[in-house]
Amino acid sequence: MIKIETREINRYIIVDIKGDVDLYSSPQIRKVLLENIAKKVSGLIINLKSVSYMDSSGIATLVESLQRLNEYRGKLVITHVQGAVKDVFELSRLDKVFTIVDNESDALKVCNVEVN
Amino acid sequence: MNRTDTDSIQLTIPAKPKYLRIIRMTIRYICKTLNLNSGETNLIILAVDEACSNIIKHAYKGPTHQPIHISCVMFEDRIEFILEDQGERANLDEIKSRQLDDIRPGGLGVHLIKTVMDVVTYETNVERGNSLKMIKFLKPRDINDKN
Repeated sequence: MIKIETREINRYIIVDIKGDVDLYSSPQIRKVLLENIAKKVSGLIINLKSVSYMDSSGIATLVESLQRLNEYRGKLVITHVQGAVKDVFELSRLDKVFTIVDNESDALKVCNVEVN
Repeated sequence: MNRTDTDSIQLTIPAKPKYLRIIRMTIRYICKTLNLNSGETNLIILAVDEACSNIIKHAYKGPTHQPIHISCVMFEDRIEFILEDQGERANLDEIKSRQLDDIRPGGLGVHLIKTVMDVVTYETNVERGNSLKMIKFLKPRDINDKN
């Protein structure tokens, strides 16, 4: 089962995903991401710390979100890409297309968000 | 025990995304039995999962109770997967990897399968549906357990 939780910091939405991202769960993740993009949030920070598997439908969801955010200069930052998930990004050669950082702190720096 | 024959495992699931997890777990245990490392295991799981997803999306045009048959045959030097469905015949001209510089959602599955597996063949000589054969050759260091 997938678990998706969102937090907001200065108009940026942090999306914490827990579970496998596959053909079953990707539509649920897509729904959450696109709902926030429709609100014209400043950006999305996707936390994959608790994701140990992602397939091409997950990558496709992230690509679609990136393209929609680009339409209004919103940002997409992905954190904690590791193990099998990192393999999928690299095999897709999309690891250079996305902004990927180690952790949430680095993601907020990329987004120029100061947290007190 | 001197094994000259092959071991095989068959699994059938309804073509629904919620059952893909069962496929992944089963293949993980098969790879563990073959002493494959975690990197290779993850890639093999990805390729078979992508192939099953393609059957659901393209052969059956969405989730259905109809079956996906997965046969895994373990040889000394390789592992073979044969996936069969009873869905719409695949158009082989349309089954190709897309250009990776064409950044768009979708179309990555076939690229991932062909990148991970050493041999990927679509069997067209079947009565109905589709049959996909994927072969992954194993590195010699992986072949430790011959029983």
